[in-house]
Amino acid sequence: MSDTTERKMTEDQGPATVSLAPTGRGGADDAATERPVVFDVRDLDVYYGAHHAVRDVHMGIRRNEISAFIGPSGCGKTTVLRCFNRMNDLIEGARVEGDIEYHGVNLYDERVNPVEVRRRIGMVFQKPNPFPKSIYENVAYGPRIGGVKKKSELDDIVERSLQRAALWDEVKDRLKASALGMSGGQQQRLCIARAVAVDPEVILMDEPCSALDPIATGRIEDLMVEIKSEYTIVIVTHNMQQAARVSDATAFFSTEVNPDSDFRTGLLVEFDRTSTIFSNPTDQRTENYITGRFG
Amino acid sequence: MTVTAPADGSPAASLLEEGAGAGPDRAFRTVTLVAGTMVLVILLLIAVTMTVRAWPAFSEFGTSYFFGTEWVPSEGKYGILPLVWGTVLVSLIALVFAVPMSVGIALFVNELAPRRLRRPVVTVVDILAAVPSVVFGLWAFYNLLPGFQTVFNGIADAVAGIPVLNTLFGPSTGSSFMSAGLILALMITPIITSVTREVFATVPENDKSGALALGATRWEMVRGVVFPHSMGGVTGAVMLGLGRAMGETVAVALIIGARPEISLNLFGVGETMPAQIFRQLSEAGALLRSALIGLGVILLVLTVLVNVGARRAVVAVDRRVKGTA
Ligand SMILES: Nc1ncnc2c1ncn2[C@@H]1O[C@H](COP(=O)(O)OP(=O)(O)OP(=O)(O)O)[C@@H](O)[C@H]1O
Ligand SMILES: [Mg+2]
Repeated sequence: MSDTTERKMTEDQGPATVSLAPTGRGGADDAATERPVVFDVRDLDVYYGAHHAVRDVHMGIRRNEISAFIGPSGCGKTTVLRCFNRMNDLIEGARVEGDIEYHGVNLYDERVNPVEVRRRIGMVFQKPNPFPKSIYENVAYGPRIGGVKKKSELDDIVERSLQRAALWDEVKDRLKASALGMSGGQQQRLCIARAVAVDPEVILMDEPCSALDPIATGRIEDLMVEIKSEYTIVIVTHNMQQAARVSDATAFFSTEVNPDSDFRTGLLVEFDRTSTIFSNPTDQRTENYITGRFG
Repeated sequence: MTVTAPADGSPAASLLEEGAGAGPDRAFRTVTLVAGTMVLVILLLIAVTMTVRAWPAFSEFGTSYFFGTEWVPSEGKYGILPLVWGTVLVSLIALVFAVPMSVGIALFVNELAPRRLRRPVVTVVDILAAVPSVVFGLWAFYNLLPGFQTVFNGIADAVAGIPVLNTLFGPSTGSSFMSAGLILALMITPIITSVTREVFATVPENDKSGALALGATRWEMVRGVVFPHSMGGVTGAVMLGLGRAMGETVAVALIIGARPEISLNLFGVGETMPAQIFRQLSEAGALLRSALIGLGVILLVLTVLVNVGARRAVVAVDRRVKGTA
């Protein structure tokens, strides 16, 4: 828990830039590359049973940045993302090879406790999945299982988390109401509040806006940019403008035909600063994809 | 769904026609309505005809029938409370053992067991459900009662000096509320397990992942997500089991001991309503027969009350857990 207290608030982060073109924020990139690496991924291979789903992923995810994963359906974005908090452990037959070092500790070391990993590395899912409980209880769930018992302390966490997820003003008068009665966008922000409530260092988001309208999407994008000074965010998105708008680094994944099976294997084509990926990609496949000539 | 293509004219013309699906649709609605009404009517018929047959006893004994604490037909004592007591006690004991066991097995099968273990466990449980109750009764009568006697008396000796406990766990001859309750637990566990398993399986994977991604252990996830989601369904499962336990006749008759008594000694002998009906009906005179049918009516009413009560409780708890709409 120590890093979380070390992390200090930087309030100079304005709301999200909304231009469609790759933003000029790349200017800060030189400084950004100096940021400490949170996840150092080397030679990552993931299998589902006999199916080689993703191969040879190398990347370094930096602290206080938003890293975006883009690429065609089935290329393994979700699969790689779920390696970061060991959610793939829950899938029968899933196997992970290679290293994902989290601050120097290999997440797949047998001494690592996956439950603790998930407390440090939170996740927001594609489909908003609030529990069938009250709004309050949704946010309090994580802290409660983490051992927080005092009502006043829980109240504080709930308020702070909802505020951070830009939801407090909308729900502060109906914390006891069912979370399932909220709109999709509110539910997704609630899920973000719920993830934030356990004070993780990293938040993984798998297409968090794919079920939302543009306004709700905009709010969540603003939110990501606002909170990235305190968290490290990895987001999977099919929306390339979104990647361009919010992310600092972008990974482009693609698939290749497998000679010995019908399944395709995903691979990381290119991982670089977002400005580079969108304006000057190294790989032809990346360029084809972002310019819409994928095929 | 079949859509009839508009032959000519406006594209909206077909909206006013009766679609091809309308006929079957109406038939379906009628069938379900009739079936649903039928169930109610049958239930009502049972209640009415039974009450009519039980009426002589009801009017003859009046309140002493419903609130009498002695049931000795040979001496003209027709107070049903000892039998109600036995039925309720035995059913409660059965639930106390069966519910945790069923929920445990269902969780094990759904959440913990590796895939290749799932089938065998489910199969064994289902086979258990198919064993006729008389077989359970006979088996317990000949093979378990001596063992029960030893164990119960051991426990009774151990708690002999402790107040309350020495009342609840007294000396035993083997036949007892507890023996009957345990056998009933074994009999109703399969049905509760299989319904509970189905209910647990309906919890969205997405919700479970949500909890686990917050750093919940499996158990915390089960408590926080699976249970709240399943409360209504599991209550239904328990009610199914309870209904079976309250109505079980032969197996209980064999092992409870046939002495209608309001006793707090769980290891002591007792009697239930169905068992008493089973024992007495064939040789009963008109009045006793009427009194026994009255027991049937009480049993029916009791079951309905318990069901309604449980549903209400679920709704109330649900509202508290899930938040107001
Ligand atoms: N639980 C699973 N069991 C077996 N195979 C899986 C499982 N999840 C994913 N796969 C396979 O792994 C490959 C990568 O899937 P993944 O979901 O990671 O892709 P994705 O890039 O997230 O796609 P999308 O953009 O559609 O979400 C696909 O071929 C998929 O069929
Ligand atoms: Mg995906």
